[in-house]
Amino acid sequence: MTMQTKIADNGVNVAALLGAREALSRAPEAARFKWRATSKWLKGTHSRGTVEGFFGLGGEQMHRQSYQFDCDHPEIFASEDNGAAPVELVLVALAGCLSAGVAAVAQKRNIQLRSVQATVEAPMDIQGILGIDPEIRNGFDRIKIHYEIDADASAEEVAALVAQSQKRSAVFDVITNPTDVSVTTSKVEDRVVPGNIEC
Amino acid sequence: MLTRLAGYIDVIVIGAGHSGLAMSAVLGERGIDHVVLERSEVANSWRTERWDSLRLLTPNWLSRLPGYGYVGDDPDGFMTSAEIGEFLDDYAKWSSAPVISHSTVLRVTRADAGYRVATAQGDWTCRALVLATGAYNQPVTPRVAQGVPARIHQLHARSYRNPDQLPPGRVLVVGSSATGVQLARELQRSGRPVTLAVGEHVRMPRIYRARDIQWWMLAAGLLERRIEEEDDPQRARRVPSPQLVGMPGVTLDLNALREHGVEIVGRLVGMRDGKAQFSGSLRNVCALADLKLNRLLTALDQWVEGRGRTFGISAPERFAPTVVDDVPRLEIDLCADVRTVLWATGYRPDYSWLKVPVVDPRGDLVHNLGVVAAPGLYVLGLPYLRRRKSSFIHGAEDDARELGAHLADYLDGSERGRSGSCVAPRSARGSFPVAAARRAGA
Repeated sequence: MTMQTKIADNGVNVAALLGAREALSRAPEAARFKWRATSKWLKGTHSRGTVEGFFGLGGEQMHRQSYQFDCDHPEIFASEDNGAAPVELVLVALAGCLSAGVAAVAQKRNIQLRSVQATVEAPMDIQGILGIDPEIRNGFDRIKIHYEIDADASAEEVAALVAQSQKRSAVFDVITNPTDVSVTTSKVEDRVVPGNIEC
Repeated sequence: MLTRLAGYIDVIVIGAGHSGLAMSAVLGERGIDHVVLERSEVANSWRTERWDSLRLLTPNWLSRLPGYGYVGDDPDGFMTSAEIGEFLDDYAKWSSAPVISHSTVLRVTRADAGYRVATAQGDWTCRALVLATGAYNQPVTPRVAQGVPARIHQLHARSYRNPDQLPPGRVLVVGSSATGVQLARELQRSGRPVTLAVGEHVRMPRIYRARDIQWWMLAAGLLERRIEEEDDPQRARRVPSPQLVGMPGVTLDLNALREHGVEIVGRLVGMRDGKAQFSGSLRNVCALADLKLNRLLTALDQWVEGRGRTFGISAPERFAPTVVDDVPRLEIDLCADVRTVLWATGYRPDYSWLKVPVVDPRGDLVHNLGVVAAPGLYVLGLPYLRRRKSSFIHGAEDDARELGAHLADYLDGSERGRSGSCVAPRSARGSFPVAAARRAGA
């Protein structure tokens, strides 16, 4: 009898990832990335974020196209609800990062995934952001994320995929550990109106 | 103790700990002329840089070196630091190791066909050099230590001796490998409440299926695993020491510490306004450790089933998952709630005296399985150097024999190269008779 070894295909190019890891460990300066986004206020609580370019591998890089994200608040906040609440985008980013990690780790461990469904829930007491109670923080009390995964693997192997993904996740790190944030401001100079020019 | 004037010698071994003495024994067997330079006395780090209650993580019956082993009446006990010092002292005497004590190496440089080793007692030259100075030379504290308010008492595990050194009041123990969990237990029992900051860790029971875990690791061959078999050798070499304590039958995992009253928090990741901040990753590092523990136990079960022999072994068991508080604490006000921060955050090797370009920008030695990237230069005794057991006392022999063989070939080759004629291979003097060690501590 011949044993057939199935090669899992989760659409992740693990060879390329491992190659990049190998190359970057020899050229650590190329591993220094800079992520960027811009955001433009539109009206009320509605703004539109755009991502397009970033820095990495020693040079400027571009996404295949630019991506836009509308941010707003639901109508119960007296807003027009033109997009996701910013806190929801944080949850989307966390799930997106962990799911990518699950797929990559599964590929490396030759585990075929059939479905990966994440549900994220984050309680928050909005007395914090409303300034009602200074003891209550603005952010989430905690974040709970549940993964329902259909894969050719034991329950323990599936749990290990999700655990390993957290260990290597950028967004998980951003959320669980402090990050220094500096916000600077500049005022747009008053426009020079031609009529003001003294002749 | 050997008195010998500095001068030329074929081989110098730096460091008279278990690795240096094992290499010395192997060189002696091969009739290779050498000295062992030691900054202080045999087993100096064990005697002067460890806390009072420390005991080996491996049982006495596992304490063995080339030709030598423990034969006392407490094979299942664990040696204290003083007993390890005595064990190594006895070994040095028994093997007639040419140790030159109180001979600190100041500098090593390349010299014609070898190395120049400068000490305060004079300069040695040699053709081959073995670094056996270990991996635990300099205490490491993370950068966040700089943010600890000045009024908080701070010390590294290397300077810690016993609880009486510390003021009363809460201790924040940072680090959860063997050192961190042992000191957390001891301090909590001394009446000082302890908060333990936990990052990635290795959970291990002392006893599994009625046998010591070290018996399992050895018997199932896990300690023989070679570094070449590892997917990621760098990561394998960085795995922290398991949460073990050298007390018969005592398991010291996070659940046990919690029962003692120790508060478990996430990895220490920041310091802001006098508050220590802990990572929200505690649940995941505990889940990872539980998963890895269960994988280990499954491998041990499969091994024993494959042998079909279960004498003295009880039924398979699994341990309760690590308990994490519903709402783990994410910060602690150091000034209000903590008197002492104890850093159990490890060590790094010190090669500042090694003026040979074999150290990478991270401070790690560039070597392949202990053969350093300079002719005739070797290292042993580093974690997972060649095998998982490489840094263990009982792991020194195999590495010393293999590197000793490489070194002997090197000497023969370089002799041929130098004289331009063939030199007969060195014949081994034959192995030592197996001798009995005095009962350690007796």
